[in-house]
Amino acid sequence: MRFLTAFAFGIVFGCGILISGMGNPAKVLNFFDIAGTWDPSLAFVMGGALLVTAIGYRLVFRMNQPVLAQAFTLPTKTDLDLKLVGGSAVFGIGWGLSGFCPGGLIPVIGLGREPLITAFAIAAGIVTARWMMAQTYRDTPAKA
Amino acid sequence: MTEFTPLLSFLGGTLIGLATVALMAVHGRIAGINGIVSGFLTTQFRQDWAWRAAFLGGMIVSPLVMLGLTGQLPEISVPSSPVLLLVGGFLTGIGTTYGSGCTSGHGVCGMSRLSARSIVATLTFMATAVVTVFLTRHVFGG
Repeated sequence: MRFLTAFAFGIVFGCGILISGMGNPAKVLNFFDIAGTWDPSLAFVMGGALLVTAIGYRLVFRMNQPVLAQAFTLPTKTDLDLKLVGGSAVFGIGWGLSGFCPGGLIPVIGLGREPLITAFAIAAGIVTARWMMAQTYRDTPAKA
Repeated sequence: MTEFTPLLSFLGGTLIGLATVALMAVHGRIAGINGIVSGFLTTQFRQDWAWRAAFLGGMIVSPLVMLGLTGQLPEISVPSSPVLLLVGGFLTGIGTTYGSGCTSGHGVCGMSRLSARSIVATLTFMATAVVTVFLTRHVFGG
């Protein structure tokens, strides 16, 4: 059951990405190209997604627990540190170079050679960063 | 040039929002794609791995659902060279891991909860993406 619902939600998310244009790097890069061939469409993606999620989350968090899980798993960090800002800055540079963000990439991964190349590079970046962070915090006795 | 598609983009955005809300209501999880992929690649817990694999699997087959609904596969166009894709992808993986999130995790899930971290992260990666495209297209590329 858990497998089926997650699969169905993945399909809905993926169709949303495909319909919105977030999976098309040409469109994504034009969204960032304010001084050139600007295409403001992706602001409407963010608008639609934020509207539904802001209202939907408020309703969901009135529930005692999720339908098929023990508890809601939410981020607990609140500090605005260098890791957050520096990491996000580096992500933006990468996104501006390739035109693919992780959510835009996965639904189009089977549609060509370019998305596959990018997926390989993102996976390598994730594994490398997690390894580097594990080295940095290896001697810290807190949670692994 | 790409065509301005406010209605389709808004519709797609609402579907992304619906899936995001549903994943929280049913599984209690944030629909941050980078986080889901990251856990998929590294988790050692089978039960935690299964829902991630299922969600990503649904995303990957979504073009086939679109084919069934519209009669054609979605078309994409990739302006960047393979070298830029490799460099950009690697920086994306590094940055989203250190920054704890991407467009979906910070931009949609976090901002809709009014998380200060997510608002700062989203403003930051949007700004550096705009600067990067300005530099590649109008300073070094033009």
